[in-house]
Amino acid sequence: MTLRRIELLLALLGAGALVLAAMTTPWLKFVLTIALAKGIAVLGIMLLLRAGQVSFGHALYVALGAYAVAFLAPVLPDAALLLPAAALTTAVVGTLIGLFVSRYREIFFGMLNLALSMVFYSMLEKFYHYTKGTDGIRVPPLTVAGLELDRVTHEWTIFGIALALALGFGAFARVYLASPMGQALTAIKTRETRLDFMGVSARSVLLAAYVLSATMAGCAGALIAMATRHVTPLLSYWTASGELVFIAILGGAGGVLGPFLGAVTYELVRVYAAATVADMWQMILGAVLLLVILFARGGIWGLLALRLQRRGAA
Amino acid sequence: MTALLEARGLRLAFGGVKAADGIDLAVMRAEFLAIIGPNGAGKTTFINMVTGYLRPQGGTITYEGAEITGRRPREIVRRGIARSFQLPQLFSEHTVEENAALAIAARQGIWSPFVPLLRPAWRDEARELLDRFGLLPLATRRADALNEGTRKLADIAMAVALKPRLLLMDEPTSGVSASEKMAVVETLARVLREAGVTAVFVEHDMDVVARFADRVAVWSQGRIVALGPPAQILADPVVQREVIGIERHA
Ligand SMILES: Nc1ncnc2c1ncn2[C@@H]1O[C@H](COP(=O)(O)OP(=O)(O)OP(=O)(O)O)[C@@H](O)[C@H]1O
Ligand SMILES: [Mg+2]
Repeated sequence: MTLRRIELLLALLGAGALVLAAMTTPWLKFVLTIALAKGIAVLGIMLLLRAGQVSFGHALYVALGAYAVAFLAPVLPDAALLLPAAALTTAVVGTLIGLFVSRYREIFFGMLNLALSMVFYSMLEKFYHYTKGTDGIRVPPLTVAGLELDRVTHEWTIFGIALALALGFGAFARVYLASPMGQALTAIKTRETRLDFMGVSARSVLLAAYVLSATMAGCAGALIAMATRHVTPLLSYWTASGELVFIAILGGAGGVLGPFLGAVTYELVRVYAAATVADMWQMILGAVLLLVILFARGGIWGLLALRLQRRGAA
Repeated sequence: MTALLEARGLRLAFGGVKAADGIDLAVMRAEFLAIIGPNGAGKTTFINMVTGYLRPQGGTITYEGAEITGRRPREIVRRGIARSFQLPQLFSEHTVEENAALAIAARQGIWSPFVPLLRPAWRDEARELLDRFGLLPLATRRADALNEGTRKLADIAMAVALKPRLLLMDEPTSGVSASEKMAVVETLARVLREAGVTAVFVEHDMDVVARFADRVAVWSQGRIVALGPPAQILADPVVQREVIGIERHA
């Protein structure tokens, strides 16, 4: 079995495991919904990482998706409509911002994204009249495709949507990354000028990935808003962007499972650490990041893939 | 014969260095034109100006009757001008066949997010191309694992994959082992002749020049100091003394 096949199998097994975990431990359902949402956002970060670009501001799109849900919920109180609306909003804003930031590379690209996310953060904070500032906005109970659901069914439904989106985006990213557009991302990282001399606009290649990544982050934000029923400016704070990059590195950028392995690990460790060694959480994060960078550049997925390949070869 | 590419009065200086000091050159359709000259004469600079990497400070470049002076590389490629590089410019994390396939994709349209890069049609075309360059055995090797000679060939193969009408090659044979050199150029020349491609190539090996060039342009300090058929140019005592004599040993 090739690694690509195994990847597919692992994705389905992983999805099954998450459902099982959510069934046996009800409070995990919420944690895993958030983990899946963040995994989707990190998947977008990963697309940009393929081009060698690190965005330190993608929480902007998570927050934008979340606030789109919060703002539209009173007039459009259905998850099946809010989700596409949030995706569309972030895709449009992602295109506008992308047209600008796709001219820049490396530290400038990273910092521009950071700067824009901080601008958005302060706007959310300052325009109290519209955003209720740091208090944030409560999301009213939503119907799903017209159905009014009780609390538990609602939680299950959001979890299910998150899982379905994670699988869908994961499958899409896999195909996309193998396509000329995806492969050209790696080409941007290794030899951008050659692309130009082949008649390909590296900027457009990066822009396409950027819009996709913004849309994925927007869907993640929408899911978070629906699961937590409360949005605050902190969603777009720079630490939230850093968290996404952290998860990307933890999970590994070598395969589309990486972001989800990273996100689930991260959220579970965080929940357990908060319960047991609350004051050491940051230290654990730092130590893990150090270990990954020193000993496992490919992240969790890299380690896993290596083992699977060894076994396949043996 | 009509001119495919015409440069008139091209000038470009870097600080005090005149890398192009009034270059006038007409490249004829379907000819192979060799550019020779000592290091720093401005040979690469000429290719850089034609392909849009450098904008001349004066003069014009006309291609197929349209002025292309100072246009961007991407636009110039789309008009049918491709180049290879003095230092190979490969996508180091891709395999050799993926490099070739990316060039094919660049020609055919890369905007298909649902079909793999190595789709059967492109893989076949890439392999056929690599085969002609003797690179087929290395098709699945990563580009950064190749030696200099094969990197050079892969670099040229990528330019050829774009199916240009004008191909500019910057020292195509440097780094290619002496034993393989002639065979490689032979195939390359055949491929280009068959496709009716016009070629301009910078070359330090006078045997290659003598055998494959229809005309030779001699560069020195940003100027063309001689231009003509190889038999005449290579025999010219001034060229021999001033240029070939001080050629670096290639
Ligand atoms: N981008 C640049 N910036 C500054 N100087 C440059 C640049 N490109 C070329 N030069 C200078 O212009 C002159 C001509 O350079 P060019 O690379 O065209 O020479 P060449 O004939 O290709 O030499 P070689 O045989 O060594 O490749 C040299 O003196 C070089 O140092
Ligand atoms: Mg040169």
